[in-house]
Formats: sequence, C-alpha cells, structure tokens
Amino acid sequence: MLKEIMLQRSKFKENSDEQYCLGIESSADDFGVGISTFKGGTLANVTDAYIPAEGGIHPREAARHHADVASKVLGEAFKKSKIGPRELSIISFSQGPGLGPCLRTGATVARALSSYLSVPLVGVNHCIAHIEIGKLKTGAKDPIALYVSGGNTLVAAFDSGRYRVFGETLDIALGNCLDVFAREAGLRQRQGLPFGAVVERLAAKGEKLVALPYTVKGMDLSLSGLLTAAIAMLKKGETGLEDLCFSLQETAFAMVTEVTERALAHTEKKEVLLTGGVAANKRLQSMIEAIAEEHGARFCAVPSEFAVDNGAMIAWTGVLAYKHGLAVPVEESSVRLRWRLDEVEVPWIG
Amino acid sequence: MDRLKKPMLFKKGAEASLYVAEWQSRKVVIKKRLPKKYRPSEMDKRIRTYRTIHEPRLMHEAKKTGVSTPLIYLVDAKNATIIMEFIEGKQLKTSLDGVSRNERERLCRKVGESIGKLHRSGIIHGDLTTSNMILTPTKQIFFVDFGLGEKTSELEAKAVDLHLMKRALQSTHFRFADECFGSVMEGYLSVSGVGLAKAVLGKVEEVERRGRYVTERVA
Repeated sequence: MLKEIMLQRSKFKENSDEQYCLGIESSADDFGVGISTFKGGTLANVTDAYIPAEGGIHPREAARHHADVASKVLGEAFKKSKIGPRELSIISFSQGPGLGPCLRTGATVARALSSYLSVPLVGVNHCIAHIEIGKLKTGAKDPIALYVSGGNTLVAAFDSGRYRVFGETLDIALGNCLDVFAREAGLRQRQGLPFGAVVERLAAKGEKLVALPYTVKGMDLSLSGLLTAAIAMLKKGETGLEDLCFSLQETAFAMVTEVTERALAHTEKKEVLLTGGVAANKRLQSMIEAIAEEHGARFCAVPSEFAVDNGAMIAWTGVLAYKHGLAVPVEESSVRLRWRLDEVEVPWIG
Repeated sequence: MDRLKKPMLFKKGAEASLYVAEWQSRKVVIKKRLPKKYRPSEMDKRIRTYRTIHEPRLMHEAKKTGVSTPLIYLVDAKNATIIMEFIEGKQLKTSLDGVSRNERERLCRKVGESIGKLHRSGIIHGDLTTSNMILTPTKQIFFVDFGLGEKTSELEAKAVDLHLMKRALQSTHFRFADECFGSVMEGYLSVSGVGLAKAVLGKVEEVERRGRYVTERVA
C-alpha cells in the first residue's frame, strides 16, 4: 500500500523538471554521499574514509566514524550539487553486502531522510552499483565485468534478468590480499592514498620476480595461499620489499586477468569493464586491456573516483531500480549482509 | 610438425588456440598455448610449459579410468603445443538447454559418472564446465581441457572440482542448474559409493562457506 502511494507521488513529480536521487554508501570503510539526476548526471560525490590507527577495519569503529561524519558529508554533497533536500525525489542506500554495523549506519541516515522528506526509499545492491556506475561512466552496454575491491573479487555479466557470476575468489578478495600484505610489511595508508596505491608505488620499483603460488581453478581463483607465501617470504627477509610487492602484484593480477579472459572467451562479450577499488591500479588496467584487445573487445576502465566505494553509484543505481518500481517501505529495508549480486532481479536491462 | 596439412584455426580460447589439421592422414586438433603478453615472460613460460606437459598425462590417465578423452599424438613442450585426435561432436554447453528433460537428466548423470570415475582414481579435472565436454553423434561424452587438472587424493580438491561444476551450471544453464547438478551427483554417487559422495558433498559445503557472501546461496 505504502509502495503504491510512493509511486503515485513520484508520477506526479515526474512531470516537473529534472529529478534527483541522493545515494548513501557505507558498506565498509568509506562513508559516501552522491547526488545523481534521473538522466545520469552526477552532481555530487563526496566520500570520507575511515582510517584505522592500526590493523584492519573494525566494523564498530568504522560505523562510529560513519555516524560522526554523516552530517558533514551530507552537507558537502548538498553544497556541491547546488540543490536542496526538498528537491530530492528519492533516497537510495547501500543495502548490502557489507559489514553490518557500517551498513546499518548508512541505512539509518537514509531512512531518516526518506521519512523526513517523505520521498521513497530504495535499497541498492552494492556490487551491482559498482557495475552500473561503470557502465554509465564508460558507455559500456553489455560488458563482462571484473569487480575487484577490498571485499569482492568476481567476474560477472548480465544474462536473462540477472547478473551471473562466472568466476570469483574461493577465499579472500584481491584488495584484502594487498591490504593485509601491506600491513604485515609495516606500510601506512592515509586519506587518498590507500594500501593498494602504496603497494603499487613500491611494485613499480621492483624488478626481480620471485615465484609465488598461482592458483586458478576453472574461472575461480584462490588468493589466500599466495598471501601466506608472500608474508612468509617477507618475514624471511631475503627478498626486498619492492621486489616482493612487484611479485605479489604480478602473480595476483595475472590470476584475475586469466579468469577474466576465460569468462570473456566463454561469454564472447564485446566489452570488458574493470571496476572496484583495485581498478585504480595502472598495472592491472594494462593487463586487462591486453586481453580485451586480444579478443577484440573494448576495454572500459571506470574513472578512479567512481571505481572506489562511492555514493554516486548508489544514487544512480537507485534511479534505475526506482524507475522499475523497486522502492522499499522502511519496514522492509533491513540491511542484507550477504546479499549476492546474482540473487538480484535486474529489470532495467532489456 | 612438418607433415601438418592446412592447419585452420577453429577456436580461439582464453588459454590456447585450437587448429584443425591433417596429420599422418588423420584429422587432428593442434592445441597451442600462445604467450600471454599480460604476464611477465618467465611466469608465462613456466605456466604454459607446466600445463602442456600435465594435460596429456592426465588425459591418458583419464582413459584408464574409463573416461573418454582424445588420443594424444604428439607433445611439444618447448612450443607449448599438443597434437591430439579430433573428436566429431558438439560442446555439451550448446546441447544441454535444448534437449528434453529426460535426455538432460541422462546426460548429466553420465557427466557425474565420469567425474566419479576420475575422482576415484585421484584425477582432478580442474575446469569442469559444459564447454569442456564434447557430445558425439553417438551420444558419447568426451572430456577435454585438463590443463588446470592435477593428480591428488585430497578430498578438498575433489570438492572444489564439483563446486566448479555446480557454478558452471548456475552461470550458464541457470534455468536447470539445480536439477542438472542433482543428476550429476546421482551419477557421481553411483560410481563413488555413498561414503565418498557424502564426504565430498560435505566438503563442497565447507568450500562454499569459505567464499564470499554464501549463506544465502546455500540456504
């Protein structure tokens, strides 16, 4: 019933000028707010990252960070977009997958805004948002997508109503592998320079390739053995850090590139989309570009700002979902920690 | 290599290019693992050589277990090239969705039997997809592409192998994935026996739980 009222309300609004969606991303260490027009223009995309003093992401600490910066980030997004809250037509949020406390913080902000402004609420799958923003920003229509980040490593493509996962990691994510190695090596990250970028800089100075476990299983891959071996070599202290970063990157990237190529050959798609936080890595970009070229496919790299976790991707995917009636009443908007992208109906692709 | 007649590219896979040719008055497939520009050349060489040597070995062992694979005629490790028998037929991938339910069940059960035979002898295929199975006009199923395979008695490796089969069915034959995998496991069980089948399925669940975001998928 509520859903119907919400939809009616929006039909009325659709006759007015441009419409806007505000999207909130909070699935892991980034709190992001994006504002998108219904036509796909990004008016604002503001992110504040939680940087732990030491160790990995503590979900509760990260959630506290998100709650602390929420109003500041929202304010900046409105300022940048030059529109006011009353001009918003919908609010969308990252509903999952991700860390519970973090997702809940973003969801709470989204529900509050939606109730206060009496506009519909749309829950968005985080992984699908990465692919959709990639398509929007690169013009890709029907790509095979390699999505690599701190929490995800998968190869997916659309077929008959859903994104299908062709390959994925059997254990840890690529970004996680690089992050843990960086921490073990005593490296530091800071706002705007995450661990992945630090490893990339060191790797660029490496020359000697040391043999590390290379584990491809069909279109899936395993990274935990590689990480363990790399850390063991680090502790041994016989190989320079630059050479180790270089070898770790070359091995891990060759593995994801091989499974992407397998999926590309299998599906015979004509575009390859690289997205997610690790997509910012130039070496990985060059490897994926090489296989795209070899199979006569177009290589589409998402600009860094939209490759990492961000609010704009949630806003844009919110628009797509909303246009197909996928608004959710507040009471049905619980976060979904383990929401796989191949479970989501995607009615906006014909 | 000099006696090859009119080699013709018929499939450019991810890992290798396949050519059809005439060799010693036989129709053969030449499988050539070409260098990959994206990875460092020493790593590339190591991977290609390793797979070129191991693949024919496993194909030969597979035959001994009663699983049909193409005959190997020549292995040229230096050039990462294998010459093998050409199998007349179609990839199972292209046939499976179009046949009757009964026939699909029968084919999947046969696939499961073959996997069971391989596993019983410690052979892991490593890339179980319907693209790597050839259905002949006489309804025989040939297994190809053992490049990622290995020989091991570990339960874990068998479980990952079956997990890959399941995943391949889910991504490519999503309309019938569950019933297909059910039939595969029926065939598997008939060969491996209840004990091993149960142990492997238990391990499959463990492997799946290790993955990303899986509880909802398993449920």
